[in-house]
Amino acid sequence: MSDYAIETNKSDGFLKEEYLSLGRARLVEMYRTMVLIRRFEEAAAKAYSMQKIGGFLHLYIGQEAVAVGAVAALRDDDYLITAYRDHGHAIARGTDPKKLMAELFGKYTGSSKGKGGSMHFFDAQRNMLGGHAIVGAQVPLGTGIAFKAKYRKEDRVCLTFLGDAAMNQGAFHEALNLAALWKLPVVYIVENNMYGMGTAVDRASAVTELHKRGCAYGIEGMVADGMNVFAVYDAVKEAARKARELSLPTLLEVRTYRYRGHSMSDPDSIYRTKQEVEEEKQRDPIEQMKKFLLGGKIATQKEIDTVEEDVKKIVAECVEFAEKSPEPPLESMYDDIYV
Amino acid sequence: MPEITFREAINQALAEEMERDDSIFIVGEEVAKYQGAYKVTQGLLQRFGEDRVIDAPISESGFTGVGVGAAMVGLRPIVEVMTFNFSLVAIDQIINNAAKMRHMSGGQLKVPMVIRGPNGPAHQLAATHSQALESIFAHIPGLKVVVPGTPKDAKGLLKSAIRDDNPVIFMESEVMYGLKGEVPEGEYTIPLGKTDVKRKGKDITIVAYGKMVSLVLQAAGTLASEGIEAEVVDPMTLRPLDDGPIVESVKKTNRCVVVSEAWPFASVASEIGYRVSSKAFDYLDAPVELVTAEDVPMPYNKTLEHNALPTLEKVLNAAHSVLYKK
Repeated sequence: MSDYAIETNKSDGFLKEEYLSLGRARLVEMYRTMVLIRRFEEAAAKAYSMQKIGGFLHLYIGQEAVAVGAVAALRDDDYLITAYRDHGHAIARGTDPKKLMAELFGKYTGSSKGKGGSMHFFDAQRNMLGGHAIVGAQVPLGTGIAFKAKYRKEDRVCLTFLGDAAMNQGAFHEALNLAALWKLPVVYIVENNMYGMGTAVDRASAVTELHKRGCAYGIEGMVADGMNVFAVYDAVKEAARKARELSLPTLLEVRTYRYRGHSMSDPDSIYRTKQEVEEEKQRDPIEQMKKFLLGGKIATQKEIDTVEEDVKKIVAECVEFAEKSPEPPLESMYDDIYV
Repeated sequence: MPEITFREAINQALAEEMERDDSIFIVGEEVAKYQGAYKVTQGLLQRFGEDRVIDAPISESGFTGVGVGAAMVGLRPIVEVMTFNFSLVAIDQIINNAAKMRHMSGGQLKVPMVIRGPNGPAHQLAATHSQALESIFAHIPGLKVVVPGTPKDAKGLLKSAIRDDNPVIFMESEVMYGLKGEVPEGEYTIPLGKTDVKRKGKDITIVAYGKMVSLVLQAAGTLASEGIEAEVVDPMTLRPLDDGPIVESVKKTNRCVVVSEAWPFASVASEIGYRVSSKAFDYLDAPVELVTAEDVPMPYNKTLEHNALPTLEKVLNAAHSVLYKK
């Protein structure tokens, strides 16, 4: 650990009593959201293979604990912004999944009326400010959102998600310097899923302990296990506290793994082995959470089964809603370009 | 009406709007303590304090992006670029984030911000520091582009740009900051997207904006001494382009020259030429002529530089050409 990194999470902390203070209902809800993200995306992948969804589809499967743990640690009035692998963040924030599936289908009932697609999920009402598809370009935006919170003397924070590969963009470094210089209440949360498309972190970053890379700007780094929803929750809670109370930015690296390819057309056997993927799946965040709920007697097997059934039903409704929704009218092409 | 400089007119617009609305802040290089690289923001730090007049490090991508982010959640940033040449470093934030946010979010968000600073060639600054980039921004749906040609227009248009709920590219000029002109006393605004007739005439329409307005008015004076009355039409806002008054003018004069110091290929000038040719085709007595920068990167050498730009002589030649004189 560097001077700038603090170890916040140990795996033996997974069953800490204090998580129980979140309340049984909340804990089951977090589990349910993780399952919803996964099943939603499995349905999206299926629809994609049937050509009902076009363009790029970047799946979050494997990384669900990150979005869910992080959002659970925020207040509703805190801001969140992310990159193009954004399905999990929108669902975790509470956006109606029907609208999201409709957006994937390019329908007029979609969250962006069919203009945005998979990479551009927005829910301004819930302070979910996108869904941004140019790698690293959302990092200055998140910094600006935090600037507003400070300018208006609000005690709100902006949680700015990015991938490991985005750390090599200039926009990231410019933004971090500004956030440190101006002491902005922003948490940069790097979802290190080990690969930027097909390039492994150690082939892209000269320093592979990514949380250390804030040290050039005097920004404290933290690292957390991204497959453990509580580890993410703890780390974001602490980073958000520092942002809120001390108006200090944090660079939080969460180590996670995406099971699927970079996008639907990614032949991931070129750059990683099946064995590696299978090994990572042994740390599956949903399975871990399930064990926690059952082992801690927080939920019964029946309740777990009910979650699965409920989610299955919701996802089926999402697909049906998306399929039955109307195409955007041609004249809507010119809508929403200027105010 | 009092005569003030272009610089003072912009400074007044900034100060008046900041006084009126506390969601406005200015960020850019040297805007605060240094009082502005071209002294446009002089006195604003003292008047509005360091929370609202903010010196940024040389990080155009970073602070432009911060402006976009702040605008997404309700502030009204004014981002000063020291010159628009440096906006190229921030072009992703401008084109992919500022311009497209409303569209990508299906109308959920808006980006009320102004990105302003000098544009166009100055004196012997060579290729990277001497270029007119308005056509690049005018190409982008989601942006508005304003290029004022007089102190009065600069003040009135900037106030409208600041109040506009869209991202507005507001282009000034280093060599115009000292230009003097009459500016009304008291509160006024000039709406964006409205073309202005700067001089009435019946024989030829000359379209010009920004720095070229003064040159073309000078040319119109020379033409008048030859008995040719030129109508000088200034769109002021290049996107959205109010082509109605341009077309109406050409229907009256039957001849048109477009003057711009930007490059000719795929440019604002070629767009205006196309619209006139298309919408006033039956009225034209000669093909539309363009007077633009030469299609070269700007040379440092003074003589080459002068000849790479529109000149009085080039404007007069083009006018004579469409009038079939000489």
